[in-house]
Amino acid sequence: MPDALLTVGLRKTYRAAVALDGVDLRVGAGELVGLLGPNGAGKSTLTKIACGLVRPTAGHVTVLGRPAGSTAARARTGYLAELFRFPGWATADEVLELHQRLARSGGGAPERRELLALVGLAEAAQRRVEAMSKGMAQRLGIAQALIGEPGLVLLDEPTSALDPAGRRTIRELLEGLRGRGVAVLLNSHLLSEVELVCDRVVIVDRGRTIAEGAPHELAAAGGVEVETVAGMRRFPDAGREEVPALVARLVSEGEEIYGVRVVTGTLEDAYLGLVGRDAR
Amino acid sequence: MKLVRDLQTIGGYALREAVRRKVLLVVVVLTICFLALYAFGSHQAFQEVTRASGAVDAPGLQEEVLTGSTLLGLAMFVTLFLGTVLAVFVTLNAVRGDAERGLLQPLVVRPVGRSTLLLARFLAAGAVCIVYVQIVYWSAVLLTDATGGYRPGNAVAGAVSLAAAVTIIVALALLGTTLLSSTANGIAIFMVFGAGLAAGLIGQIGAALDSQTLEQISSIATWALPFEALYQDGLHALTADIDGVTGVIVQLGPFGGAADAGPLLYPFALVYLVVAGLLADRAFRRADL
Repeated sequence: MPDALLTVGLRKTYRAAVALDGVDLRVGAGELVGLLGPNGAGKSTLTKIACGLVRPTAGHVTVLGRPAGSTAARARTGYLAELFRFPGWATADEVLELHQRLARSGGGAPERRELLALVGLAEAAQRRVEAMSKGMAQRLGIAQALIGEPGLVLLDEPTSALDPAGRRTIRELLEGLRGRGVAVLLNSHLLSEVELVCDRVVIVDRGRTIAEGAPHELAAAGGVEVETVAGMRRFPDAGREEVPALVARLVSEGEEIYGVRVVTGTLEDAYLGLVGRDAR
Repeated sequence: MKLVRDLQTIGGYALREAVRRKVLLVVVVLTICFLALYAFGSHQAFQEVTRASGAVDAPGLQEEVLTGSTLLGLAMFVTLFLGTVLAVFVTLNAVRGDAERGLLQPLVVRPVGRSTLLLARFLAAGAVCIVYVQIVYWSAVLLTDATGGYRPGNAVAGAVSLAAAVTIIVALALLGTTLLSSTANGIAIFMVFGAGLAAGLIGQIGAALDSQTLEQISSIATWALPFEALYQDGLHALTADIDGVTGVIVQLGPFGGAADAGPLLYPFALVYLVVAGLLADRAFRRADL
């Protein structure tokens, strides 16, 4: 089975500005990959190239084995843009119907009902977009991206306008997609969510891939904390395996131990360590 | 088959937008106002001519024909202007404007393709504008006949030329929307329309003064902007059969001195349309959205 998304040496320049500088990326079939990076790192450009909105300057991109942007590739791709709008005069059902026609989906009304229910908009089928909250419109956008059972779904900041309940809905939806073998490239600034749902994370900065791996691989260990009479003592270089020896040594030195905690590093720590804390 | 279905889908979407956004309602209401005003003005003008009949010492002058042809020339000009306004507004955001607002991207990523999308927008806008100018033009023809009994020599030629002219304007507006933002495109199309109008008037002044230079400038400009040449051609067809002293006066008037562009005009307009369409398609296909 071909990769859902494969980029090799992908480069994109806008006059003198380099948006992507030779990015190699692979999203396997049914894989959920998080794309992280600071503002201007090239994440949205990469996503737009994958769905054919932007033409690459150089490199090779395929979607499910077809050249990105080709009719065959677009027919198997679902996309939610970071900044998107649907016509305010249309109802949720009309928006989905239009996209069904454009995507040549034969799902009809049952597919529309299922998708609206999936994103928690079952009761809003006849509501006009202009009467929707930002979060509802975002949910509708996600439903639109899933029309026609795509093999690859590209989501650019899908939860940016959602409240915690909405985020949980989308998280469950993403897990459901993975269960159905749909590959997802999730472009997000919400590291905690990416960490929760993604199989793999790719971090890009200044148009280059700077790190790649499973979230737990990227999240560095944070040492061991031991609660003693004197207070909390931190052993930053210690790992889980060294806890018994460490406790034994402290007890032998006369310390009274009240608690031990292995500090796990977060993806956020790893991310900030890689890209720095400077705002861009 | 797929192409036809895609064209129907996108064209239907564009038309539904125009209806839901009340664009067509506004157009209908204002057009009714214009036609009512035209009917009233035409009625008054013919009544005045009947009252003052014989007051002018010009043997052979057919005052009703002079009045009717002038009124209809005015109606034709206004029809093209209103058709241009409609063309600009129904295509204003078609590409750049919708892309800037994030409306276009969800559509473009679908397998339907950019060329089909553009063609559908052209067909929908073209159909709306052609139907519109035909309704306004034929209403004016009927009103002129009803109020003053004047029927132009070749009304069909006028109708065909208006349809062709507004189609060219739709194509230019769509080309503009692939290159310019909404406001810039609207301004550009109105300026192009104004330039065409000025070129036509220069040609008429040139003809009246027998200035070959002015006529040549006008000819080049109207062929560069063939909607004006088409309009002039249609205008000419309306009054070409008026002879004698009435014909001479009509030719001197603001809507009578139009030039017959000859048999190459329509083939040229077709080629112009195709080239404008291809340029728009190329620009749209190459655009990063």
